[in-house]
Amino acid sequence: MALSRLSSRSNTFLKPAITALPSSIRRHVSTDSSPITIETAVPFTSHLCESPSRSVETSSEEILAFFRDMARMRRMEIAADSLYKAKLIRGFCHLYDGQEALAVGMEAAITKKDAIITSYRDHCTFIGRGGKLVDAFSELMGRKTGCSHGKGGSMHFYKKDASFYGGHGIVGAQIPLGCGLAFAQKYNKDEAVTFALYGDGAANQGQLFEALNISALWDLPAILVCENNHYGMGTATWRSAKSPAYFKRGDYVPGLKVDGMDALAVKQACKFAKEHALKNGPIILEMDTYRYHGHSMSDPGSTYRTRDEISGVRQVRDPIERVRKLLLSHDIATEKELKDMEKEIRKEVDDAVAQAKESPVPDASELFTNMYVKDCGVESFGADRKELKVTLP
Amino acid sequence: MSSIIHGAGAATTTLSTFNSIDSKILVAPSRTNLSVRSQRYIVAGSDASKKKFGSGLRVRHSQKLIPNAVATKEADTSVSTGHELLLFEALQEGLEEEMDRDPHVCVMGEDVGHYGGSYKVTKGLADKFGDLRVLDTPICENAFTGMGIGAAMTGLRPVIEGMNMGFLLLAFNQISNNCGMLHYTSGGQFTIPVVIRGPGGVGRQLGAEHSQRLESYFQSIPGIQMVACSTPYNAKGLMKAAIRSENPVILFEHVLLYNLKEKIPDEDYICNLEEAEMVRPGEHITILTYSRMRYHVMQAAKTLVNKGYDPEVIDIRSLKPFDLHTIGNSVKKTHRVLIVEECMRTGGIGASLTAAINENFHDYLDAPVMCLSSQDVPTPYAGTLEEWTVVQPAQIVTAVEQLCQ
Repeated sequence: MALSRLSSRSNTFLKPAITALPSSIRRHVSTDSSPITIETAVPFTSHLCESPSRSVETSSEEILAFFRDMARMRRMEIAADSLYKAKLIRGFCHLYDGQEALAVGMEAAITKKDAIITSYRDHCTFIGRGGKLVDAFSELMGRKTGCSHGKGGSMHFYKKDASFYGGHGIVGAQIPLGCGLAFAQKYNKDEAVTFALYGDGAANQGQLFEALNISALWDLPAILVCENNHYGMGTATWRSAKSPAYFKRGDYVPGLKVDGMDALAVKQACKFAKEHALKNGPIILEMDTYRYHGHSMSDPGSTYRTRDEISGVRQVRDPIERVRKLLLSHDIATEKELKDMEKEIRKEVDDAVAQAKESPVPDASELFTNMYVKDCGVESFGADRKELKVTLP
Repeated sequence: MSSIIHGAGAATTTLSTFNSIDSKILVAPSRTNLSVRSQRYIVAGSDASKKKFGSGLRVRHSQKLIPNAVATKEADTSVSTGHELLLFEALQEGLEEEMDRDPHVCVMGEDVGHYGGSYKVTKGLADKFGDLRVLDTPICENAFTGMGIGAAMTGLRPVIEGMNMGFLLLAFNQISNNCGMLHYTSGGQFTIPVVIRGPGGVGRQLGAEHSQRLESYFQSIPGIQMVACSTPYNAKGLMKAAIRSENPVILFEHVLLYNLKEKIPDEDYICNLEEAEMVRPGEHITILTYSRMRYHVMQAAKTLVNKGYDPEVIDIRSLKPFDLHTIGNSVKKTHRVLIVEECMRTGGIGASLTAAINENFHDYLDAPVMCLSSQDVPTPYAGTLEEWTVVQPAQIVTAVEQLCQ
């Protein structure tokens, strides 16, 4: 409620200010990186640690990049929706629209040496880590040029060179993997951290608490990020968790609750978490976010929540709209420029889709590649050493 | 750096000379070699440990493997030096040598560090390598197996110990979905060079839950390799090969075999992961076995020899993939197969092996493949009942007599 009042207030202030300025004196700020400080709308709530400051250091360049990246992610997910309905994407397709602020905010706070591992809702995280749109669409459509050569699918996007470790189908199984990544970072003295993302549904998995115990015991630089979109498929958090304060669930591990629809708040929290994890060990971040689509494309998303709720959140808390208002209010771009940018992005996504549609499917021989790694130069003859002669890569 | 190969045992070997140092080509054995008893050691140079390892960089210069189908470990006479030790000490030696050789190798499991390991396989390692390389985990198999796999994705080489293989059922999701499948679903981007090891099998009245044979549950998982060790020689060799392998390997040890004593070579050697071991060549019948049942089979073999039979005993060692090359050549020679295993009758390794042999070598069989396995019951506590659960030598003798009629 407070949020709707806040945004409506800003609406009434901003409109007259923008139209008053003639276009000639507006600065061209897509290359301007002079610092701007912006206050987050919602304060942080902390558990066993200090909250970071609400004033976020950013720049016009960065906010514009947020807008561009989030718009691209949003477009990609909508395109994936149409492709799924056209039966070009099969199986399970879990869309991230509504949650884009998390992906871009996190990227702004970290480097490519820091690792990210997430669940099956991984399309936008992959793009955030530097993945290309055409790779994503090819993988979704099961083509050879996809990021996993068509063998993974929607739930198995990976990008090793950008330290993006996927892409996992089983709920919660990526959390111990993430703590293992953090362990390796500590072992190799990398001075980097791992962000292990999971949802409110996975927050009830035992392996989370097991992994958290080990991470806290061994002081691993692991940051567990709960993307709380309030629904574990069809089950709301109040029906699945006795204690829905996921940031407090770590008990002895500090936690922070963040407004996950505000890219700047996410950036601030991730920056804070990285510093904390490198010095003091694990920390939990709970990102309060929302997904507009259902759990997956097979889920209409309206049987367990009302359409009013979805459209309400879209009007009041949409991450892209929030950044758009920031850009307009701080005079970084005009409405027309932003619309042009969106049109450009739409074209970019459509081109990527078209290119992906043209790419070839994997050949039959690919069925047996990447089963084992070629070892000691031995040519594997398959289990029967007769017919199935496959040269392992 | 030197490579030496000893050929020994029965004289006529058609072993081709092996150009060791500069040759990058592996010598594939000619098929005529196969029925010959011979012993081969591969000796690697000792300067390997002086090399620096970048993350993920593996130095392979010193290891030349001959993927030979037949390798026996008998004829100790040719090796004058060697040292005698127990099987758990052989495992420890292998592990220690690999940890010396590659700083990426680490061990994680319950009580592997300060306690020294519940079967003393990791004794002394924590003192030598420190707490970051020999990690005592809390009791959470799912999580620490997952952590080992996550660490392996970045290039570390963890050796994950399940205190008893049965406990790894709690980590089945991590082993099946992440360990086995990540290399494939990532399109080859990630390798998981992890070793999962631990004791399993039916012990002495340990009860149903601590007497499980997990090889039958894991055998369907695509992307992993499974090996079972049975002697100190192959325990050390397989441990080292498993650690050096880029694929995930599950190494099955047996609770009752840890105190076997044998003399093993002083030199550095490894055993081929996909190869079966010819324990006793013969003419009348092929007996395929692995792990503890090997000893029951050898005991039965003594009786059988007295009765005039000549069984060929093969320790299959590699449970996934099967070494159908060795097995097939043996079937072609003897035309009768008996499988003796400790898994349950339903869905065990024997069941898969029976299917594989029938499918591939049907024309060579004079009699149906017989498979002796444990009964499909939870292993009872009472000693006599437990004895009847597993295959005993007397049953093996009876089965051979039946097959060879």
